[in-house]
Amino acid sequence: MPDQTLTKPLTKNICPQHKPPDIERYQDNGGYSGWRKALGMAPEDIVELVQKSGLRGRGGAGFNTGLKWSFVPRGKGSPAVKYLVCNADEMEPGTFKDRLLMEQNPHLLIEGMAIAAYAIEARTAYIFIRGEYHLAAVRLEQAINEARQAGLIGPDILNSGYSLEIYLHRSAGNYICGEETALLNALEGRRAIPRAKPPFPQVSGLWGKPTVVNNVETLCNIPHLIELGSEWYKSLGRCQDAGSKLFGVSGKVNKPGTWELPMGTPIREIIEEHAGGMRDGLKLKGFLPGGGSTDFLGPTDLDLPMDYDAIAKAGSRMGTGTIIVLDDHTCPVGLVLNLSQFFARESCGWCTPCRDGLPWVVEILTRIENGSGTPEDLDLLQEQVARMGPGNTFCALAPGAAEPLQSALRLFEEDFIDHIRKGRCPYR
Amino acid sequence: MSSTFEAEVIAVMEQNKAGEDIHKASLSDAEKAEIEREFAHYEDKASVGLEALRIVQKHRGWVSDESLRAVSAYLDIPVAQLESVATYFQLIFRQPVGREVILLCKSASCWIMGCAHLQKKIQEKLRIKPGEITADGLFTLLETPCLGDCDNAPVMMINGEMHRHLTEATVDEILDNKIKTHRAKGSCHAGPDTD
Repeated sequence: MPDQTLTKPLTKNICPQHKPPDIERYQDNGGYSGWRKALGMAPEDIVELVQKSGLRGRGGAGFNTGLKWSFVPRGKGSPAVKYLVCNADEMEPGTFKDRLLMEQNPHLLIEGMAIAAYAIEARTAYIFIRGEYHLAAVRLEQAINEARQAGLIGPDILNSGYSLEIYLHRSAGNYICGEETALLNALEGRRAIPRAKPPFPQVSGLWGKPTVVNNVETLCNIPHLIELGSEWYKSLGRCQDAGSKLFGVSGKVNKPGTWELPMGTPIREIIEEHAGGMRDGLKLKGFLPGGGSTDFLGPTDLDLPMDYDAIAKAGSRMGTGTIIVLDDHTCPVGLVLNLSQFFARESCGWCTPCRDGLPWVVEILTRIENGSGTPEDLDLLQEQVARMGPGNTFCALAPGAAEPLQSALRLFEEDFIDHIRKGRCPYR
Repeated sequence: MSSTFEAEVIAVMEQNKAGEDIHKASLSDAEKAEIEREFAHYEDKASVGLEALRIVQKHRGWVSDESLRAVSAYLDIPVAQLESVATYFQLIFRQPVGREVILLCKSASCWIMGCAHLQKKIQEKLRIKPGEITADGLFTLLETPCLGDCDNAPVMMINGEMHRHLTEATVDEILDNKIKTHRAKGSCHAGPDTD
């Protein structure tokens, strides 16, 4: 019987001391029963169930997954070739959740992909994995082979008439490939610059065919959602957002790590209980709630629940749900400089505000951090924030880069002014 | 990586004329066989470009102009398109690299945990800057985006192997061990095995 009391569907098979479950152990533990059930359902019923469950994309944007699938033309008269792509290009600074899922429970992802591909009527699926994730790649290859041997993917799966091949595509180290249209260009063997939208990939994606790109964690939510239903799935959340979520904390806390917790778990609980609070008597000065491209929040925001809307209302984004903690002995100007250097380097160079704006931001921040900044530099930074904002650029990289910068200028204004007044970094 | 083509690198290459030949050759049967296995996965051969570059790099250590042209001819992808891919990805090396490629994580979490000190340590110890190769051809240092191991920060990856919770002392030890191993083996240039 399916276990309706299950609260940690993503990590129930994960035990870091042990190897990940092979297909036998995975199936003994109920694995692939979501897939077996899905094969008996009509694709449109799966799309509707996922849409109703309220599952939102775990890659950062938080778009309703079922709704995304529903944009794919399906049924009679629709294009014969469609694709599913799993975005495993986890590169957001401070984000380390998808690696855990792929290394420790690879079959869950394969099962989720099989269901998603079936729902959108795709017969080929790719896992686009970053080149540095060697262990995850090895384990996924193994899981794909095991699933194929067991007849759970491949031709005519379990005599259903449905066939699916899943391939692993290893990338080679480029942040912008996380942007779904850049990823599709990379997969086609082109330079990975983002594409103009519309058309959206659901209509014209990989090789011009309807394509859905979903994040690893999103797809890992699918098997249990199908097995246990949307009401069960909704009940997992502690807020209006459904499901559980991998939350992580890094920075100077006592026990940095990743935990599967209900959607809507308060940030304070994540940082103080799960991550063990600040270490060495340090104080929390601020935090990035969902990776490097989200706005800083401050100590007064600690009681917010980690859900998409609550974090958005507070002026940031839940992003990937992995929190980077800034302590009171670490220089916020230095941290923003580090983030800006990252974004400047990873800019694909396609559009001007990003290509030229980010190196300029780095130059100004470097001068402030090194003690030769002027009060006018703060105005210049504000100007750049406005130029890199949404609507001025081709994709979300530059607006993402502007988020920690604009919020740091507001929350840590004193620190910026202090650098300029003292002519040095007061933290050194 | 940066485009600095140090005199030292050239010297290393000259010491190794035998190794240079493989960079001029057309694709070997082994390379072709590995590349061909990828064909079935995609609608279009161009998609194999990146993997083909990686395969060639695995055999040759890095991707020379001649190697790039050989892949381009074999896959029938325009050189310009393949080069635009090759130069886009930091794990494709378009100039020689050391036997050990150090990917030092510079992400926000690792920065908070002190990766700047580690970088200084590595640069002083090996006397190289990011993108450069040591005089003995053993190491290349590259700064890398988040390695996705933030709860174990600061971290670095050397030829695919993660090193976690680093301090200046452990970095010193790890590098010394590498140097010792290579001296014992009398390693020559065969290129890093990135698998």
